[in-house]
Amino acid sequence: MAITEERPEILELESGDTSPSTGAFARPTNASGWRAWVFTVDHKKIGIMYGAVAMFWFLWGGVEALLIRAQLFTPDGTVLTAEQYNQIFTMHGTTMVFLVIMPLAAAFANYIVPLQIGARDVAFPRMNALGLWIFVFAGIFLNLSWFLGGGPDGGWFAYAPNTGVTYSPGAGMDFYALGLQIAGIASLVGAINLIVTVLNMRAPGMTLLRMPVFTWMIFVVQLLLLFALPVITVALILLSFDRTFDANFFNVAMGADPLLWQHLFWIFGHPEVYILILPSFGIVSETLPVFSRKPLFGYSVIVISGAAIGFMGWGVWAHHMFVSGLGPVGVAAFSATTMFIAVPTGVKILNWIATMWGGNLKFTVPMMFSISLVSMFTIGGLSGVMHSVAPADTQQTDTYFIVAHFHYVLFGGALMGLFAGMYYWWPKAFGYKLNESLGKWHFWILLVGFNMTFGPMHIVGLQGMARRHSRYGPEDGFDFWNAVVTIGAFVILIGMIVFAVNIVRTWLGYKAGTVPQEPADPWDGRTIEWAIPCPTPEHNFDYVPVITDVDDFWHKKYQPDENGKLRKVADGNEIAQKGDQNPHLPSPSYWPIVLASALPLIALGLIYNLWISGIGLLLLLGAMFGWSLEPATDPDAGHGDHEEHGPDDVDPPGDEGSELAEEAPVV
Amino acid sequence: MAYGRTEWDDHHHLPTNTGLTNEKVTMWAFLGSDCLLFGALVSTYLLLRNRVGPSTSGPTAADLFDIPFTSVSSFVLLMSSLTMVLAVTAIQRAEMETCKLWLLTTAGLGAIFIAGQVYEFTSFYREGLGFTTNISSSAFYTLTGFHGVHVSLGIVMLVTMWVLVSGGQLGPERAETIEIIGLYWHFVDIVWIVIFAVVYLIP
Repeated sequence: MAITEERPEILELESGDTSPSTGAFARPTNASGWRAWVFTVDHKKIGIMYGAVAMFWFLWGGVEALLIRAQLFTPDGTVLTAEQYNQIFTMHGTTMVFLVIMPLAAAFANYIVPLQIGARDVAFPRMNALGLWIFVFAGIFLNLSWFLGGGPDGGWFAYAPNTGVTYSPGAGMDFYALGLQIAGIASLVGAINLIVTVLNMRAPGMTLLRMPVFTWMIFVVQLLLLFALPVITVALILLSFDRTFDANFFNVAMGADPLLWQHLFWIFGHPEVYILILPSFGIVSETLPVFSRKPLFGYSVIVISGAAIGFMGWGVWAHHMFVSGLGPVGVAAFSATTMFIAVPTGVKILNWIATMWGGNLKFTVPMMFSISLVSMFTIGGLSGVMHSVAPADTQQTDTYFIVAHFHYVLFGGALMGLFAGMYYWWPKAFGYKLNESLGKWHFWILLVGFNMTFGPMHIVGLQGMARRHSRYGPEDGFDFWNAVVTIGAFVILIGMIVFAVNIVRTWLGYKAGTVPQEPADPWDGRTIEWAIPCPTPEHNFDYVPVITDVDDFWHKKYQPDENGKLRKVADGNEIAQKGDQNPHLPSPSYWPIVLASALPLIALGLIYNLWISGIGLLLLLGAMFGWSLEPATDPDAGHGDHEEHGPDDVDPPGDEGSELAEEAPVV
Repeated sequence: MAYGRTEWDDHHHLPTNTGLTNEKVTMWAFLGSDCLLFGALVSTYLLLRNRVGPSTSGPTAADLFDIPFTSVSSFVLLMSSLTMVLAVTAIQRAEMETCKLWLLTTAGLGAIFIAGQVYEFTSFYREGLGFTTNISSSAFYTLTGFHGVHVSLGIVMLVTMWVLVSGGQLGPERAETIEIIGLYWHFVDIVWIVIFAVVYLIP
């Protein structure tokens, strides 16, 4: 499948080789209104759309969570039937992992990475739009199952053969298996695009070890995606073949091995854990130094430990399977690797603490969320180390202790970091800051609600309360803490309502003029995305920066005097670029969304009627044809030529490279 | 497209940090990903190769292999890598007619391989090994089928290249496009070497 995604880019004709009229219909022009978003190839708009769609699914995944908690509020809950409960907890996990945290990370990756490396866009802007739209359609497709006979009901991990036709006869698991394959294509397209962008399009002077940590972590994540996605794709394909074409991969009557799915799933699934958390690690590695007024402690150690997590993440998957009968050797080996992988993570945490130590801490909202990541993730990390001890894990498996653990790392870790990133980069994306006092309400309510929800789960888990059960009895003695947990979940809801109010109020205030427009560098930032105006101009950088340091922008503002003391030599807002250039940009295109819309059709056809697949396939082929005949940049939409600079440090003769240093002292 | 592509190509500079074009890095990244796809499929096959379930559920693929036949079609596919190299060399030397010849030859050799696979699948099916017959057959057809799809996509790309070269839309200045498709083609061949060795030859 992915091959066909590649073809258009390879076949793509250079500008000028063909006229735009070779497309099936005229190109969209970059105007205003919804068309400017739907057909855009701008990484910033794509990033914002990733974020907006992810927040929509966050709302829906949250409703699912509240339904689960309502069911478990009292013993013998009657809110949901057992079947509905299975579907709801399955889709809660699937939604939060694949439709919320991953795309939120993709939102930041798309928006921030090109800015942090001084690029005008990602390497393949249309492929970027394709990734977004495939993700959007994957989310819609997955949730169509609610209207077509019920959601998937086998857990987000979907252990086969439990998810085969025999035990899950409805169409729900088909939607799961095919929907995640579609989402996987989206992530793969995005991952390749960002890998190429980071490898090839860094500003002159930005060596790998001068890259901002956020970009580094995103780079590691994309490599993890690149290698982890095909493995789950194979697992999902096997499951789909079983369900759709009567293959026998998970047919135990034929001698299937139930561990096959578990291995394939967790070989993907454990790197996936780092795919979810590393972007947030990157975000707090940006915010903590800015709000501690100190450089990041041990930049290279943080980068290398992030890369080490990326490597070692491949060697720990079977700790999800300690009770599956691996045998003592396997269990011992994976116990050891699991304990070992805590080392680079611990290194990061110590580095963040050392970054804050002795700093001039500014308790802004992004800082508070960042600190809560460091502390809440540490709690989740410590219970994770407990799981590496196989005898303890045998007790904890399938109890709420596990649920508590992964919510501390995913909610307390990943989501807290993502919220930090939202508050931190909001002015860069929209031109104004979110309200700080509402933000603090959001933070504190969320923190209290979060700990009320997931803290007591440790207790009921150790008392033996099982996961994934739609009821517990009054005789079990779980009533009190479950009531607390459910109340906590609704406290989280209140926190999120405050966040929504904050977004709407500041937006309205900004439009009414009561919320001020922020200058380029509102936080006194360290990385080069703060060297361009807020909100980011359409072309990002007027002049491609020349990088000489880690935290290059900071070093342009602060330099040591003769006594070695740091002195402010320039104001960030004054030396920032003005955003007044008008360079040649990639043109919008219809084809990404058209091509993406073919995939859910093909998948629907596999479930219901192959004729629908045929229509989808025709649409796919047509879109690929149209795509490859359309030049990436419309030759008729030019603004004059040669205003761009290559990321190489060799200046092209006769170009503007020589002016660069004089005109833009910042960069 | 972003800087480094259109602007710098005019000056014949290599515009990127790595010195490789974006397209080539893309293909390498994709092939890296594809390694894991085939890795997972081969592992699955190795796990399931001998599982036939109850005694009534037919032969395994390994019972039916016609090694001499598959050796010949494997040889044909490997030779297509040679002609692929010749096609790339030809376009780099601006010998467009030679390039067209080798592109078509490569696609043809690939098509012969696919025809061989279709013949093999058909004869296996007639001998009682359907896709759903047993676990080992599902695993066999899935693995070799995925490889066949990869070869087929490669053939489509090669024929497209032939059309573009013939129409004059793809000249020596864009030799790298054919080189990148060559990367893909060689990768698919290497995967077949692994499959042929692991699936067919190792008992």
